Amino acid sequence: MNGGSAVPGIEIANVSKRYGNAHAVLESIDLIVAKQEFVTLIGPSGCGKSTILKLIAGLVVPTSGAIRVDGMTPQNARETISFVFQDATLLPWRTVKQNIGLGLELERVASARLEIEIASLLELVGLKNVAKSYPRELSGGMRMRVSIARALATSPRLMLLDEPFAALDEMSRDRLNEEILRLRSEQNWTAVFVTHSVAEAVFLSDRIVVLAPNPGRIHAEFRVELPAARTSAVRNSEEFNTIVARVSRSLRETLRK
Amino acid sequence: MTVLNALAVFAALVVLWQIILWVFRVPPFMLPSPWAVLRAVGARFPSLLNSLAITAEESAGGLVASIVFGVLVALVFAQSRWVRNMLYPYTLLLQTVPIIAVAPLILMWVGAGIPAVTLIALIISVSPIIANTTQGLISVDENFVHLFLMHDASRMQLLFKLRLPHAVPSLFVGIRIASGLAVIGAITGELFAGSSRVGEGGLGYSILYASSQLQTDYLFALVLAATVLGFSFLFLVMFLEWYFLHRWHESARAPEAEA
Repeated sequence: MNGGSAVPGIEIANVSKRYGNAHAVLESIDLIVAKQEFVTLIGPSGCGKSTILKLIAGLVVPTSGAIRVDGMTPQNARETISFVFQDATLLPWRTVKQNIGLGLELERVASARLEIEIASLLELVGLKNVAKSYPRELSGGMRMRVSIARALATSPRLMLLDEPFAALDEMSRDRLNEEILRLRSEQNWTAVFVTHSVAEAVFLSDRIVVLAPNPGRIHAEFRVELPAARTSAVRNSEEFNTIVARVSRSLRETLRK
Repeated sequence: MTVLNALAVFAALVVLWQIILWVFRVPPFMLPSPWAVLRAVGARFPSLLNSLAITAEESAGGLVASIVFGVLVALVFAQSRWVRNMLYPYTLLLQTVPIIAVAPLILMWVGAGIPAVTLIALIISVSPIIANTTQGLISVDENFVHLFLMHDASRMQLLFKLRLPHAVPSLFVGIRIASGLAVIGAITGELFAGSSRVGEGGLGYSILYASSQLQTDYLFALVLAATVLGFSFLFLVMFLEWYFLHRWHESARAPEAEA
């Protein structure tokens, strides 16, 4: 890329994935994500967006090709990766606090440190007053906050977000989008984000990758040249709408065949 | 309201019972009057209570043994589909074996008395616990498993922090069914292996004895006691279910939810 010696955040080289003898889910994917870059994958259903995230996480093994995260195999890089799932995926029998602490607990962090970490995370995502509530007592937006807090608890260098806000109303979604940008600017992780919403993709990303289905492949890429410090006002700017229009057009092309 | 309605139905049934006695002139050894049953309860209260206590002990023992054994088996079943396919048919065997046919064997192996009856209660009540707990252990959403894998969770962590807590609501469904079966199992068991001493045994034993003596009023009293025992077990289990699950699980928020 820029010829520097730095190892990219993620390197996906000629990766294909098929399940059994079925048709390919992904075909020859090449994608490099720079450290601290925010890349969004967007595309119609069946284009393999979620599969790419699972490949990066090492939860799925590619049929051919290679994946490197920070120069390591996904399995070895795992402790630096956090995954945020589409539904909040909170353990219903645990309180908010206990859910946020899950990752640290599984990694056997001492309980004194655990308490401190959880307290600061509750502060960070604004959940202090529901710390002892159970997931079913929370709204969808609140649950997603818990899920994000849990992902941040293990201080990831890479965040993989699989349509995290798909089930939320637009208000909560916009608010959480701003929250994500704030957290990222404070913590400088790399992010790969999957969504169906073009506006969300443009608002969040440095770069948008449009995928086409059957088999899943990269159709187009867009660099989002908006100011780094994005506020909700950006959503009304002309540049914003121009990019949204271009990405939307590209998305429609993927369905034309 | 539910309780009042149920009591009203009960009162109506008692009245109907009395009417049947008057209209058809049924002899008391075939169908005693409600009043005679009540009198029998009063007259032989100590021995009734004694029988009830014996059966309660056997049922409770059988149920607890069922839970322990059933959960252990389910934990084995949850390990792999291969193990399940291989062993599951044998739990069906437990469910379908005619207990009346094996009771003499159990009697021969364990001897008459409380241990034999407890064993029979266990055999009759264990399969719903195995089936429901296994289902709960293996029906964990894939995303949860992925979440745990992202943190390099060990097999033990997956089991104790994910699968087992996830299975608790299903386990309670199993226990609820098993609680009734354990009482039935204990009474059935007592018909064969009720007592090592003449004249003293649980409800099943006493039912057999009362019927042989044509003490139909006392027989009814015993049946009533058996029903009370079954209900108590069910309510106890439902209370425990509510106690452990109401904070986080939808199904257990209020036991009287059907009202």
